[in-house]
Amino acid sequence: MIKLFWRDVTLAVRSGGGFGLALIFFLIVVVLVPFAIGSDQIMLSKVAPGVLWLGALLACLLSLDRVFGLDFEDGTLDLLATSPIPLEGVYLAKVAAHWLTTGLPLTLAAPIYGLLFNLDFEVRQLLFLSLLFGTPALSLIGSFGSSLVLGVKRGGLLLSLLVLPLYIPTLIFGAQVARSAAIGQNFEVPLVLISIVSLITLAILPFAAAAALRINLR
Amino acid sequence: MMPDLGNYAVEVISAYGLSSIVLGFLILTSVVRNARVKQRLADAEARKDA
Amino acid sequence: MALTWKLSSYWDKFWHLANPKVFMGWSSRLLPIIIVMAAFCLSTGLIWGFFFTPDDARQGSTVKIIYLHVPAALVAINGYLLMFIGSLFWLIRRQHVSVLIAKATAPIGMAMTAIALLTGAIWGQPMWGTYWVWDPRLTSFFVLFLFYIGYIVLWSAIEDHDTAADLTSILALVGCGFALLSRYAVLFWSQGLHQGTTVTISDGVQQERISDVFFQPLLLSMVGFCLLFLALLLIGTRTELRVRRLKMLELREQML
Repeated sequence: MIKLFWRDVTLAVRSGGGFGLALIFFLIVVVLVPFAIGSDQIMLSKVAPGVLWLGALLACLLSLDRVFGLDFEDGTLDLLATSPIPLEGVYLAKVAAHWLTTGLPLTLAAPIYGLLFNLDFEVRQLLFLSLLFGTPALSLIGSFGSSLVLGVKRGGLLLSLLVLPLYIPTLIFGAQVARSAAIGQNFEVPLVLISIVSLITLAILPFAAAAALRINLR
Repeated sequence: MMPDLGNYAVEVISAYGLSSIVLGFLILTSVVRNARVKQRLADAEARKDA
Repeated sequence: MALTWKLSSYWDKFWHLANPKVFMGWSSRLLPIIIVMAAFCLSTGLIWGFFFTPDDARQGSTVKIIYLHVPAALVAINGYLLMFIGSLFWLIRRQHVSVLIAKATAPIGMAMTAIALLTGAIWGQPMWGTYWVWDPRLTSFFVLFLFYIGYIVLWSAIEDHDTAADLTSILALVGCGFALLSRYAVLFWSQGLHQGTTVTISDGVQQERISDVFFQPLLLSMVGFCLLFLALLLIGTRTELRVRRLKMLELREQML
């Protein structure tokens, strides 16, 4: 399982593996926002926490089809299914690799991008924390969605359609942490809630995703 | 006959109107699809038995 | 001992009803009755509510929208429950009628959610002054609407029937969990302008008792909507059963 994890990580990091893509996409979204809603500093710093969360979330979507899609296409997934690792383990290894190569970089980048909106240090700190606890959920949910749409040709749009509603609770709690910090309110509650979301998805989704993988590999 | 809907006539009428349209559409599509599939199935069964 | 034996025979009888051929049999006999009852309850409830109830002190005549909004919302939520159960029985017992009930519920539930959203927004407009507000109730329903769409789209994206049934059932189970989670997340997210439930429905919280004058036609309308849902569900499930058989026949024809 560890081997699988590192294999996916190295695959992602290699050129053509789309490693930096998520970060660049995130940056582009961040740049697009002032063009869309105006350059008023005060307003921008108000919406910034949420916008940054949204940008990170959308950037996460990008690399999701690579999670299972590539291995499905070239038959590696069939091999993995017959290996001694249970499919739940395959799922977890791939989720971990996705998080390490997508979720974590986005989490690290967000406070830096936050400077573009003149966010205070405390706000950026809590933005970082909320993403740290929330991006695992994004990777878990997204990979589950990916396991569902494996057999569908050009399933990228369908994947987004299924995954984005599932992302809503995570987004609500995560963005709330950052917003609460920005207006000086209590942020502990949403922080705990988002951690709970990550933990629950960690507990349940491996089984659902493994079932979906089994079905698609039939 | 019509109750005095007062200031909110537009809202109430449009609510009932829109709902009727959606419901009507739902019922119509259900019934039409049912009939169509029934027909196609009957044809397929006939071809099978022929 | 005898009791458990009796219960298990009821259990078997119940599952016998879910056999596709048997289902087609009893549903075709039941359908006309349900349609008539639905038409009666619905028309009586709505006509009573529309023409023969007073206006509300605060909301004026817009309170009449309640006879549409509340029943539609009730059916939309229960549709979700039905999809959950149907999907569960498919995954556990590979029961075809169950999963097709779930499949048939989706478009009906989606339409009901749309009605709940439209009527909810229109109802709120005079009071809130805007066409749409992001209040917890309406927003939850919007999320529910999106979940319905996702389920329906997944069904049509997969060609093989049994595979589609499997995958959409997994989505339904996970989705129901997330829908529940979203309900509370949205509540958390917004204090909202909604006045709170006036009738005990999904929340189980009764904040404001509405008087009988409004409640009786509302009850009738709710029963009517539920019966309408049932009728459409039976029609839809029958259609889906036929579609499945049709696909099998057409596949055989292609192979011969």
